[in-house]
Amino acid sequence: MERSLMTQTTAESPARRQRAQLKARTLRTDRWWLAPVLTFAALASFLVYGFWAMFDPSYYIAPYVAPFSAPCLLEVCPEGARVFGFAPIGDWFPLPPGVLVLGLPGGFRLTCYYYRKSYYRSFWLSPPACSVAEPHGKYTGETRLPLILQNVHRYFFYGSVLISAVLTYEAIVAFRNTDGEWGHMGVGTVILAVNAVLISAYTLSCHSCRHIVAGRLNHFSRHPLRYRFWGLVSKLNARHMLLAWVSMYTVLFADLYVRLVAKGIVTDITFF
Amino acid sequence: MDIERHEFDVVVIGAGGAGLRAAIEARQQGKKTAIVCKSLFGKAHTVMAEGGAAAAMGNVNPADNWQVHFRDTMRGGKFLNNWRMAELHAKEAPDRVWELEAWGALFDRTKDGKISQRNFGGHEYPRLAHVGDRTGLEMIRTLQQRVVALQQEDYAVHGDYEAYIKVFAECTVTRLLKDDAGAIAGTFGYRRETGRLMLIEAPAVVLATGGIGKSYVVTSNSWEYTGDGHALALLAGARLINMEFIQFHPTGMVWPPSVRGILVTESVRGDGGVLRNSEGKRFMFDYIPEVFKDKYATTEEEADRWYTDQAGNRRPPELLPRDEVARAINSEVKAGRGSPQGGVFLDVSSRLPAEEIRRRLPSMHHQFKELADVDITAEPMQVGPTCHYVMGGVEVDADTAAASVPGLFAAGEVSGGMHGSNRLGGNSLSDLLVFGRRAGAGAAAYIDGLERRPAVPDDAVAEAQAEVLAPLERPGENPYEVHHELQRTMNELVGIIRRAGEMAEALEAVEKLRERAKGVGAAGSRIYNPGWHLCLDLRNMLLVSECVARAALARQESRGGHTRDDYPDMTADWRRRLLVCTAAPDGTSVNVQEQVQPSMRADLITLFERGELSKYLTDEEMAEYDLAVKES
Amino acid sequence: MSYKAKFRIWRGEGGEGRLEDFTVEVNEGEVVLDIIHRLQATQAPDLAVRWNCKAGKCGSCSMEINGKPKLGCMTRMSTFGEDEVITVTPMRTFPVIKDLVTDVSFNYQKAREIPSFTPPSDVRPGEYRMKQIDVERSQEFRKCIECFMCNNVCHVIRDHDENKQAFAGPRFLMQIAELDMHPYDVADRQDSAQDEHGLGYCNITKCCTEVCPEHIKITDNALIPMKERVVDRRYDPLVWLGNKIFKRSAAK
Repeated sequence: MERSLMTQTTAESPARRQRAQLKARTLRTDRWWLAPVLTFAALASFLVYGFWAMFDPSYYIAPYVAPFSAPCLLEVCPEGARVFGFAPIGDWFPLPPGVLVLGLPGGFRLTCYYYRKSYYRSFWLSPPACSVAEPHGKYTGETRLPLILQNVHRYFFYGSVLISAVLTYEAIVAFRNTDGEWGHMGVGTVILAVNAVLISAYTLSCHSCRHIVAGRLNHFSRHPLRYRFWGLVSKLNARHMLLAWVSMYTVLFADLYVRLVAKGIVTDITFF
Repeated sequence: MDIERHEFDVVVIGAGGAGLRAAIEARQQGKKTAIVCKSLFGKAHTVMAEGGAAAAMGNVNPADNWQVHFRDTMRGGKFLNNWRMAELHAKEAPDRVWELEAWGALFDRTKDGKISQRNFGGHEYPRLAHVGDRTGLEMIRTLQQRVVALQQEDYAVHGDYEAYIKVFAECTVTRLLKDDAGAIAGTFGYRRETGRLMLIEAPAVVLATGGIGKSYVVTSNSWEYTGDGHALALLAGARLINMEFIQFHPTGMVWPPSVRGILVTESVRGDGGVLRNSEGKRFMFDYIPEVFKDKYATTEEEADRWYTDQAGNRRPPELLPRDEVARAINSEVKAGRGSPQGGVFLDVSSRLPAEEIRRRLPSMHHQFKELADVDITAEPMQVGPTCHYVMGGVEVDADTAAASVPGLFAAGEVSGGMHGSNRLGGNSLSDLLVFGRRAGAGAAAYIDGLERRPAVPDDAVAEAQAEVLAPLERPGENPYEVHHELQRTMNELVGIIRRAGEMAEALEAVEKLRERAKGVGAAGSRIYNPGWHLCLDLRNMLLVSECVARAALARQESRGGHTRDDYPDMTADWRRRLLVCTAAPDGTSVNVQEQVQPSMRADLITLFERGELSKYLTDEEMAEYDLAVKES
Repeated sequence: MSYKAKFRIWRGEGGEGRLEDFTVEVNEGEVVLDIIHRLQATQAPDLAVRWNCKAGKCGSCSMEINGKPKLGCMTRMSTFGEDEVITVTPMRTFPVIKDLVTDVSFNYQKAREIPSFTPPSDVRPGEYRMKQIDVERSQEFRKCIECFMCNNVCHVIRDHDENKQAFAGPRFLMQIAELDMHPYDVADRQDSAQDEHGLGYCNITKCCTEVCPEHIKITDNALIPMKERVVDRRYDPLVWLGNKIFKRSAAK
């Protein structure tokens, strides 16, 4: 009896307060690295394209405006590329028009709750995948500058609602022909229309939107209309990741298409 | 001697619904309370309860009230219930449920914002407060969080969360200790994590340890259900009643082995599921008892019509009471017409479109998909009876939950009497709350009436210590083998259908197993050593199994959860008799004696119709009834 | 039907230990917990594992199987190849008591630090009136079985033990969200979520949601909405101004 008492480790023993001394970074046997690698490649190529597109001058060929340069707010913008003909910024801005506006959709995606997950995992490896140790010695998350600024997401959302409206406008305007007459439809029109729908869907599926619509309420039953909208946004929100990827590629493709047509590399097929 | 010592006013053993409610009550009455539980805090078996808590709130049907609930409970228990308990239960259940809501529980709602209530077998009106099919979890979480809330209050006042209520998680109690005068003085046990021995001195102990299902092979109960409270009470000199009544749920999963015994909800049959044997026959038509002949369909055509037209047709026999269905399945399997894994087929796939099954039975679909890889929309389930609940337990005073030993209280499944010979679905959760609270209050009042704290005698501690450490000190038989043998014995010989010869055989086998249990040993250290723990649990399971077998052998009738092949009828004479188990302090010689069931109070008995009562009561009791009616 | 599987199981007390190899029989339909129980009954009677209901309802048997947090009772053997070596280790974020059993007291400490449900003082039991749509969000979070796998997998504390002080973990941040959305809770939880319970540490990488055996959308339905509520309170000048002007509560 005495012997067994001697050998026991009690609750106060310091050895107990230790995790399993496993050296491996992870014991996962599946290809956990695949998702972050693919995400990294996809996001990086989008960034490269976006940077190129920002400075590319071929952003307009009537009646199409490349989405990365919309809205075109400078006086250098051709008449047809302006929204309702306005050029409110004037001519003082020296860089291409895309540089001026790309901050809004860019910032929206940068602070988006889904993109945050994807680049924290694939770029910053924090963590690269679930139950795979991250390489950093210290971690403070979004508690301090600069990452605390992610909390401005809703303002980018407001901005992106405007951008969605502009893209919708541009898609509608693309039903005019080169002379500005209604009744035109080309491949470019279809592409811009599809893009406008998907960008709007992505924007509305935003977590901030869900919160603003009704998520902040504690009594849905007192606000039946807002609750119904919340239900709709929640349904879209469940597909936020899908919409983020799909809309990212449609906007890239739409933008590239317009520029290729503008450069004369591709000829836009007109249906009527 | 390295024994951890603590002092409390009340020790609650068990942290399920009854234990937590008792602890909350004791603490609210200012008593320093310890909760001792074998699992982590919040993992108790109560989380397995799905259906709901029965309480006559009348939210869905305003005609409901406590009298109706009382009548349903007594009928369900075949009038063997402790009527005072059934009365208190029916009266207090609504308050206990509402109280949970004030502690943060979120029940499903009615249209006007009240707690929604659902229909269940044996309940005349929709009565079960529920949250989807996870009501037990909601209850545990709410009570757990209430305990934490009280701890936060204490922290604000005393700077110590555990000043008045402390949870000893993963600790097992092996003995109740009494002072020289025979009153409860404390508990002795060990910490499962470290193997450290632990003595808690306390003048009052509330048993809330749940049931005994782990003495059976096929059970819906978890490993904790080793009958600890039943055995501790017996060893402390308390009395157990109704131990022969064990509820077998007719449909538990039988395959794969990993999920054997897990419940398949009654709604599968309610929604059209049918039972077939290996020959493809809907065998329930052969098992309609004489008394139900006029209420159940005799042809498959009529039975199938019932699902769409309930007024013009009789119910399908799959919906006979639980005990009848369990017995029928048992007979089919014994006759060699069972499914490959020893059950029968419960088929809903050929009865409803896949979409409809997924919509109506989402949790069952999920359960079979995840656990058994069976798609119930495409193939039949295999089901068989599973040991579910023990109606018997510690004999207690209805109002205070006090057992016959001074300072000992019991609530929940470990107590006996409330449910008579058969428990209604939904009555267990409300039972936990009502009598958990009463046990906590009873313990507090008992302490207030004490002149001095009972002292724990040293020799009792030394004995308890030797008993606990013994398995570690001998190279003995593997306890898992003794346990399996016991489970097989009880399952086969004291199962759903019982015969005198088989039960005598079981008693012999238990006797032999008890000898073997004296020699079981555990290798390894005292730190979280499951082999050692099982060695110690064996004592309890063996003791309880012997009570069940002895009481079952003594009761020469069939009633509720006790079916005798050799005495198939229910008799009024046996209804007046309760079987009481006692044991010697060293756990040998279990004794069963008869005791007269007291007559129902006049205002309660007159709640029933004469015609109904005459089926159950003796002529003598009927004369009392007639007198009561005349006087009222 | 039955075959011999190769298992590597962490054995040892108090964190010290090693992976031990076992060859053990596996039958059709079994789960990992069954195999561990078979080892207990045949080869290693003192092999420690925590379990209880064996039906995925109590959340006791959390462990890591081939490096992924799982419930032992819900991980079917048929999901592995017959010649695959299955590695079973205790949850990494918590100290080990013995073998697969960890000391999860961190979670109980955190639970105590979250102020409990606080109803208005003038509502008595039985008087509560709540609409189903108003309780549904919190009901989802109350499905939690407290297996603590979300807290185990969360890199904020899994990879940085020093953050345990400041971070309550997904389980308890979700509880704050549950109470904040409760129609009758009057406590102010938004500032404390950020200041005392470390909501800002969450970088929404969603591993908590991935491992949840109850399929609760912890990140999308609890953590992000809670972050947005904190933004209302702390970081949104328009909401702040609006509240100053209209003197109404932002969250109600």
